Amino acid sequence: MRQLFKGRPGPDIGLLLLKARTFIALIVLVVVFSFLAPNFLSVQSLILIAKHVALYAILGIGMTYVIVSGGIDLSVGSIVGLSGMIAGWLIVEGLVLPMFGVIVYFSVPVIILIVLLAGTLVGGINGILVTKFKVAPFIATLGMLYAARGVAMLSSGGKTFPNLVGSPELGNTGFPALGAGSFLGIPYVIWIMILFGVFSVYLFKKTPLGWHIFAVGGNERAAELSGIRINRVKIFVYMFSGFCSAMVGLIVSSQLVASHPATGETWELNAIAAAVLGGTSLAGGRGSIGGTILGAFVIGVLSDGMVMMGVSEFWQMVIKGLVIVLAVIVDQYQRNLQSKHVLASRAAA
Amino acid sequence: MHAQPSAELCLQAKGITKRYPGTVALDNVDFEVYRGKVNVLIGENGAGKSTLMKIIAGIEQPTEGELRMNGRPVKLAGTRDAAAKGIGIIHQELNLFPNMTIAQNMFIGREHTRYGMLLDHDRHVEKTRDILRQLECDLDPHTPVSRLKVGQQQIVEIAKTLTQSEMQVLIMDEPTSSLSTAEVEVLFKLIRDLKAKGLAIIYISHRLEEIMRIGDYITVLRDGKLVARDEIANIDIPWIVRNMVGHDQVLSTNRPKRQPTEEVLRVENLTLRSPEGGFILKDVSFSLQKGEIVGIYGLMGAGRTELLETLMGLHPEAEGAVYLEGKPIKPTSVRNQIDRGFALVPEDRQRQGLVQPLSIAKNMTLSSLGKYFRRLFLSSKLENSSIARMIQNLYIKAPDPKLPVLSLSGGNQQKVVIGKYLLTDPKILLLDEPSRGIDVGAKADVFNIIRQLAAERVSILLVSSELKEILAYSDRVIVLSGGRLTGEFQDDQLTENNLVNASSKK
Repeated sequence: MRQLFKGRPGPDIGLLLLKARTFIALIVLVVVFSFLAPNFLSVQSLILIAKHVALYAILGIGMTYVIVSGGIDLSVGSIVGLSGMIAGWLIVEGLVLPMFGVIVYFSVPVIILIVLLAGTLVGGINGILVTKFKVAPFIATLGMLYAARGVAMLSSGGKTFPNLVGSPELGNTGFPALGAGSFLGIPYVIWIMILFGVFSVYLFKKTPLGWHIFAVGGNERAAELSGIRINRVKIFVYMFSGFCSAMVGLIVSSQLVASHPATGETWELNAIAAAVLGGTSLAGGRGSIGGTILGAFVIGVLSDGMVMMGVSEFWQMVIKGLVIVLAVIVDQYQRNLQSKHVLASRAAA
Repeated sequence: MHAQPSAELCLQAKGITKRYPGTVALDNVDFEVYRGKVNVLIGENGAGKSTLMKIIAGIEQPTEGELRMNGRPVKLAGTRDAAAKGIGIIHQELNLFPNMTIAQNMFIGREHTRYGMLLDHDRHVEKTRDILRQLECDLDPHTPVSRLKVGQQQIVEIAKTLTQSEMQVLIMDEPTSSLSTAEVEVLFKLIRDLKAKGLAIIYISHRLEEIMRIGDYITVLRDGKLVARDEIANIDIPWIVRNMVGHDQVLSTNRPKRQPTEEVLRVENLTLRSPEGGFILKDVSFSLQKGEIVGIYGLMGAGRTELLETLMGLHPEAEGAVYLEGKPIKPTSVRNQIDRGFALVPEDRQRQGLVQPLSIAKNMTLSSLGKYFRRLFLSSKLENSSIARMIQNLYIKAPDPKLPVLSLSGGNQQKVVIGKYLLTDPKILLLDEPSRGIDVGAKADVFNIIRQLAAERVSILLVSSELKEILAYSDRVIVLSGGRLTGEFQDDQLTENNLVNASSKK
């Protein structure tokens, strides 16, 4: 018994480098772009990049919850669009209550709450489809991708709600501050990303719910036999992903001071890419919030850097695709190496 | 025969019947579990042990009958409910989370928290360390479970149940199947400690020596029925074998003595390592002659399926030597093995044998499509004539070969799978549980086909869990236990007792 397991295998430099690969990739990208793209390393451009990254990162965090639990959420881009439309609608048109013959205009904080709640509810529908109706996550959220986008289009007949500044008489001014304001010189958007990140790291590491998400993704049957309420866990992750999407929808509308129903198309792919680049396994059970945020930075720096360099849009797509696939290949390679390492240490023990 | 035990009853199953669509898994079974004792449950594969345990652990509900705990009837709504009532189970197949650490695995689903929401992981780690020390296992609680050997994982699984403080009944389903001898000793010591604390232990195992050592009471199930129970002190191993098998000494079917023929296949020291460490197959050697039927018997997890899979090229990492007609071969790819004349009829017909959405005809020609290739196209004329021949030779009851294969009955589906491999003109046919889940008539057909093939000089390796079947149709039987060859029998030696004894050897 004593000799069963002699400590961990010694640290291996190669393995360590592989593990830190996303971080290394990020540094390489920053160095390369600071040589190739003029102005890349200026404070303004870095803040601009960070603002873009924050959007991917917030969506990616929600996506990480879902993927770690063993699912996938394709509807986040559409929920972004829908949330922006709800916000625009409430500011411009107000809530019409025909039975009382009045139109209610809410103050901006209330609008934000309503939109966040709406996004969470849409995510909840995804969760219920996946659990109660046993629809495969890919299909359930693919359905929601179309349906939510359709509702967003219907809300305005496909038009944009422009000029979301509100009016003092209605008491709903101040919406643009969410996207434009800053605290201690750092835009709110980045603070929100940090808030979401810290909260999620905390939830993953320090709460039973966090453990249960990993357990469901790692071995669903065992999770069930351990008495974990797997349906509740799954519904929660989709709700949280919807919540994140709604947050991003609000931010984008506020930044543009307008909401357009096509906002967020294909953003679900950026969110998945951020999670995957950060080492989240699509099979579930493995992933980290820090990794996803790093992944979002890689994608953000890559696209903005290429724009600054003047790389054509088409080449940008090709390069992004290559980077994502390469990341997964390296990830597989690392895992093989790691398991060989483990086997070797077992044989030695 | 039915002893009156002196110990106190803890849990009692009365008249339990469990029906699944089409089969009766348990038929009016009584089972008594005594406090502070090791209550052994034993039976052949499929005797209903696992079903009974699932009912006691709250995973399944009985169709009829009731459970009583401490004299009062109880209903167990689920695993959570059973755990709350003090019933814990260590599953035969491990239910751990490979992506999490030992300490996380120990407490998942019943975490310690501070202020009702924050994990108190320090306490988890501390308690895990205590329990592991109690088990004389010096693993670090922070080790990810994916890094543990199977035996170590088993210990974590056992340790997990010890975190339940109100435990009254602990079910151990084959707890030693993946443990080394030293680990078994630790487990036994632990079991004695638990007994002393007044825990009732239900112990399921196929290892007869082990049962004699650790058991107090024994209950034998056969074909879903209770056949015997007694105190271990009153019985011996032959008693167990007799009751498991059902009759004393068995008819060795009168088969004509086979004339030896030339050797087709020889396997030497075949070894297959499991990815978790340890061995799935260890130094297995045997030979097969032309037109011979060799049965492979063993318990679940003995390595029978893996042996066939290795020969079929599914485990290219296996070590050892394989000779086909005297020439050494390396079974590393399925396509090559088919070309060399091997064919495997897999155990899981639905998942591995059939492409379900395709028709009967397409399923049959799937492995031999190359033969019907003429210039650029498949010749449907050639294909159809082969299919028609197989349907006739194998007595497949199919109105039209273009129908989906799932429209057939289980037995006819199995014949389609066999037909598929016969169309590759095999020299060596590997059959994994060919009679599982098919009706009596189809079974007879299948075995007639097997005999006929052997008469046509095809060599056959036959894996079956059904003792009677394997005895009736094999010229010779090899027995595996824990990946090792533990016996080889033919002629007069070919008896149920010999096979059962060899299969429980360690």
